[in-house]
Amino acid sequence: MFQIKGMHCASCVMVIEHALKNTPGVSEANVNLATETAAVSFDPKEVDEQKISSAVSNVGYQAMITEENKTSDETGNEKRKELKKLKRKVFFSLSLGALILWGTFPGLTNFAPGFLKNFWVQFILAAPVQFWAGFSFYRATISALRHRTANMDTLIAIGTSAAFSYSLAVLLFPMVFQGLGIEAMPYFDVSALVIGLILLGRYFEARAKLGTSEAIKKLIGLQAKTARVVKDGKEVDLPIDQVVVGMVIRVRPGEKIPVDGEILGGESSIDESMVTGESIPVDKTSGDTVIGSTINKTGTFTYNATKVGSETMLAQIIKLVQEAQGSKAPIQRLADLISAYFVPVVIMLAIATFVIWFDFGPTPAFLFALLNSVAVLIIACPCAMGLATPTAIMVGTGKGAEHGILIKDAASLETAHKIRTVVFDKTGTLTVGKPVVTDVVSASGILSDRRSSTLRSKTSSLRLKEESKDYILKLAASLEKGSEHSLAEAIVQKAEEEKVKLEKVEKFKAIPGHGVEGFIGKQKVVLGNMRLMEKEKIDISLTRGPLARLEGEGKTVMMLASDGKLVGLIAVMDTVKETAREGIEVLRKMKIEVVMITGDNQRTAQAIAGQLGIDRVLAEVLPDQKEAEVRKLQQDGRVVAMVGDGINDAPALAAADVGIAMGTGTDVAIEAADITLINKDLRSVAAAVNLSKKTMRTIKLNLFWAFGYNVVLIPVAMGALYPFFGLLLSPIFASAAMALSSISVVSNSLLLKRVRV
Amino acid sequence: MENLDKVIITASGALAVVLTYWFFLMKRGREVAVSNTVDITVNGGYSPEIISIPRGKTTKINFLRTDPTDCLSEVVLGDFKIRKELPLNQRVTVELNPQKSGEFPYSCGMGMYHGKIVVK
Repeated sequence: MFQIKGMHCASCVMVIEHALKNTPGVSEANVNLATETAAVSFDPKEVDEQKISSAVSNVGYQAMITEENKTSDETGNEKRKELKKLKRKVFFSLSLGALILWGTFPGLTNFAPGFLKNFWVQFILAAPVQFWAGFSFYRATISALRHRTANMDTLIAIGTSAAFSYSLAVLLFPMVFQGLGIEAMPYFDVSALVIGLILLGRYFEARAKLGTSEAIKKLIGLQAKTARVVKDGKEVDLPIDQVVVGMVIRVRPGEKIPVDGEILGGESSIDESMVTGESIPVDKTSGDTVIGSTINKTGTFTYNATKVGSETMLAQIIKLVQEAQGSKAPIQRLADLISAYFVPVVIMLAIATFVIWFDFGPTPAFLFALLNSVAVLIIACPCAMGLATPTAIMVGTGKGAEHGILIKDAASLETAHKIRTVVFDKTGTLTVGKPVVTDVVSASGILSDRRSSTLRSKTSSLRLKEESKDYILKLAASLEKGSEHSLAEAIVQKAEEEKVKLEKVEKFKAIPGHGVEGFIGKQKVVLGNMRLMEKEKIDISLTRGPLARLEGEGKTVMMLASDGKLVGLIAVMDTVKETAREGIEVLRKMKIEVVMITGDNQRTAQAIAGQLGIDRVLAEVLPDQKEAEVRKLQQDGRVVAMVGDGINDAPALAAADVGIAMGTGTDVAIEAADITLINKDLRSVAAAVNLSKKTMRTIKLNLFWAFGYNVVLIPVAMGALYPFFGLLLSPIFASAAMALSSISVVSNSLLLKRVRV
Repeated sequence: MENLDKVIITASGALAVVLTYWFFLMKRGREVAVSNTVDITVNGGYSPEIISIPRGKTTKINFLRTDPTDCLSEVVLGDFKIRKELPLNQRVTVELNPQKSGEFPYSCGMGMYHGKIVVK
């Protein structure tokens, strides 16, 4: 669809259509003079929007192809204008409605000026309300009827038209009504005030709805507008959309970092709270990555742009939140189903009300029948049902994003409140994921850290004393050089620190869940866990004592064997994350079972679990068994969440009822997860569950209110209380209740903003 | 006379109920097959209301709202995780590349107006 400018007559239409249809790749073109648009069907492989635009401009007109990309500011301005217009209508209709009421309401009418009691004056006051302020109801009704659908506007249009038409008929033919035994009393106050109150409700509802999408607007508002690019030694301010990958950007203190990148020179403290929710500024230096739209606090630095446009972290977050807000929660299904039938059913109920009151009601039966059926039409509120779930989901997901908790869809947010077990992957999730070598133990005992100068002089040779620390490190690091495991990194780093020269390894092989093996010279060297030693039939009886002690301290111990003989042990320990203990404690207080899953042996795992206060440990689990363990836990009927960060966690994250990935983790893990914690804070697992609980409570309350309101008040409007208490619902009160109903639902959702996460 | 009025009103009421049911709840939408792009006009509903699109291929759906009714100012394609604002008289394009066959309903923001995407 293109907006066409410059058309004046039907011949312009013909010319443009002809030009478009003659463009290769265009299969269909329909130009509409009234709407100044051209609907074009085309094959994107053959022709693009630019070529179509050129085809139109070649014949003297202008095709606008960018009209859809209005900024959120423009959209916001439009909404504000609409609200202003609505406010005027509300003021107008309520003022005129109040004047009519003054002239008609028993008691008030005694103090009213004489002209207000005149029915013709009341008609003159009511008509503009009905046809100017209430025009939108008619317009929506007519266009909906063309599609054989009906909505809120249909109910209001029918209801107020019935009251207005009846009043007009009374005004024009009073004798006819008097002849039928009905007092010739018009109800212009009903038609005018109902319209006024419904519009008032819409005004407040629209204002409140603007607040539900505030989080997205805030995120979009974070984007920087320009970047100071260093080009040929000069600094130039470029609009953000002109920044490309590879450009060098300078950022000064207090400035916003324009796009994602890697620091080339300089150092600074960066406030990333607006994107990650992490409240403490992070110190960064050369080689560290920076996130676009975060604030540089102290130093000046230059950095290389690595991600721009839709690839930046902020853009990805915005996309994820938008997707979550566009998804539907399973709880909404019932409301959707009811909404689809609601309005036609209410129309049928209003007809039934009219017939029942006409046939069985007291005198004047016609009047009772009319007013009660109008009350039924007016009180029914399908909007509240339609708004109950999405508004809460929008506020809930937005609230999460503000705190660094990204929820993939509404279904995940819904499931999270039922979580009864949380499984944490150990390495990289509960721990920092950067283990360091703490002990090197020879087969016959612990060697001191002090290196022997004699040994150092012979490092190039394998003829080192078999039990030396350097010898063990040399073999282990040479082997692990080819591995990508985090434990391998620790050993290689230790060897570098100790300046141990590495040997060439041949026939290297990584055995997942076991360790590594290879040949150094003619020696077959293996490094790994107990399982590997058993597989290789290596006697480890000599080291049982130190092994037990190290594992009891929570260290991961790897055994090194050469030519079928145990050489020594290397103990590695990872640091537990600062927020781990507190995060687990909160979960336990919420009566959620916490499980740690790890490839470590039972003793090491228990030691770490003990430090963190975790009761249940699944140790010695091979990477490909994590998924199966999660499924086993699910078999007990518990809703299970898995928290992980690595590629090998992805299947378990996907298998869990709710997969939670750490934001520092791999893209694969984040892709497989339902919730991503970009704030890297383990306390956010409990926060996510809490947010889900609060959101679900809001949704349930909203649905209860929306359903309950209609289920209770529609029968009351039909006159269900009349036989027992003589109570009937005036259409004016019905409209006030209706207006309050949707406002209360949206306002209740907005209360979620105040929830502490 | 009074009884006759009641009979007439009752009969008319019954007829009106049947007509309401038939008019609103028994409509059958026409399915429009789409290959690359489709323009859906949003005016008192969606035209065309039911579209069929191919599986595993990108289809562009251009929504153009010409109806100022607030209800229609958003379109929600829940199964595709898409909620889009539809500014008045402005084309908004949604790209779908469905990997699953089936019927996927969509609606306005409040679930009052409905349409359907059939993936074949």
